[in-house]
Amino acid sequence: MSRLRAADENIAVIRAQLSLIPAASVIAGSLICLMPIVAQAPLLPPFALMIFLAWRFLRPEIWPIWAGLPFGLFDDLLSGNPIGSGMLLWTAILLALDFAENRAMWRDYWIDWLVATGALTSYIIGTMVLNALTGGGWIFWPLLPQIAATILLFPLALRLCARLDRRRLML
Amino acid sequence: MASQGSKRPGFSRRARFGLFAGYVVAITGALVGAGLIIVAIFDPQGFASIRGAVSSATAPVSASGRGAVQSGGRIDDYIANWWNAGRQNAELRAELDIARRQLIEARATDLENRRLRQLVNLIEGESEIIVTARLVNSSLTSARRTATLFAGRNQGVRSGQPVSAADGLVGRIIDSGPSASRVLLLTDRSNIVPVRLTRDGTPAFTTGRGDGQIEVRALEAGRSPFEEGDVLITSGTGGIYPPNVPVAVIVEVFGDSAMATPLANPASLDFAIVQPAYEPVVEEDDAAESDEEAETAAAPGFSEMP
Repeated sequence: MSRLRAADENIAVIRAQLSLIPAASVIAGSLICLMPIVAQAPLLPPFALMIFLAWRFLRPEIWPIWAGLPFGLFDDLLSGNPIGSGMLLWTAILLALDFAENRAMWRDYWIDWLVATGALTSYIIGTMVLNALTGGGWIFWPLLPQIAATILLFPLALRLCARLDRRRLML
Repeated sequence: MASQGSKRPGFSRRARFGLFAGYVVAITGALVGAGLIIVAIFDPQGFASIRGAVSSATAPVSASGRGAVQSGGRIDDYIANWWNAGRQNAELRAELDIARRQLIEARATDLENRRLRQLVNLIEGESEIIVTARLVNSSLTSARRTATLFAGRNQGVRSGQPVSAADGLVGRIIDSGPSASRVLLLTDRSNIVPVRLTRDGTPAFTTGRGDGQIEVRALEAGRSPFEEGDVLITSGTGGIYPPNVPVAVIVEVFGDSAMATPLANPASLDFAIVQPAYEPVVEEDDAAESDEEAETAAAPGFSEMP
């Protein structure tokens, strides 16, 4: 009997660990910025936000509406964007998705991709504007490759999250 | 698939309240974020200590990876060297003999040079080095171009100090934490460096373009003084950057501005040196006069700026 209970507790611990997968994947997306490369142009797509949105599309209930605040703040600390820009923009994106979802009649893969394209593009341009306001400069052309990479890599982020989701729900 | 709409709490009062509270928290948090940005608009260096602490905490992670990336990048070199070891050894020995002789001559000349300079009292704040350190990572996703230098306040690094490498200028420190600091690279849009042409000393200034190149503009209005292949060095005007540090080579000329490539490529950089912020000497001597000339030449150019 005690062995059975121990097994139950074990499963409970593993379940608790697995339930951290979504949050951990978003944080890992932010940590990609620590890659030891000195880039001369904005090179990488905003992986943290892509993973965050991919989870949002796969499981609309997964993030509480305020989830953009902690994740956005963490991303700001690492990415070099002004502190507060992630908190503002991630939450704005979540609120906009929430609002749009209540009005949309139809949803499929392509619409999700289109919506994600809009959200990610406005995030990249929004951070550029906030950077420019806080002492940076206005740039547009160097952002285009980043925006293109972001749009094209979003389905991969969705795949990755779907796979993680399967792992998460295994037990 | 028909859209499901989002969470409908049903009639549970608690669930409804939880949902409402979530919205309140989210909107308040977003406003706090906006507030932080407004603080940063009026005081861009306001969060320097937080940034410094974060970069100090994360720099060791990147630093350990940086060695791996660099040694990984040289594997082909290693193989080629292994292959040519014997022949290369003999060649290098011969070169070393010549270099050693030349080094001794150069040292003697250097000593003589220094003595003569002291004689004519021309030693201008002999550029000391505060610290030599690695650039470990950079803002990969952001529109700003900053890199993290693995040395901070404990090593004497302060914001405003110029950072350069053997090849040329890298940028300047914008905030420093206990053991790491952030460098604003030359290629950032907001980094303006006063330079002059090595060919004829024409004063100009550079701003980053955010894509790895920098833009050069002459201070004097009118015809373009630039030619392809011109080398730019810092002029020391206005302080911060010490004079005569190589900056960039002009690769393309458009009208009265030009595009240049920085000489120091931070991506392939092993080490960078931090120097004290340069303060131009204000004295009534020849140097000051030439500075004044640069200033008067600067005035019409600046009025051209938007």
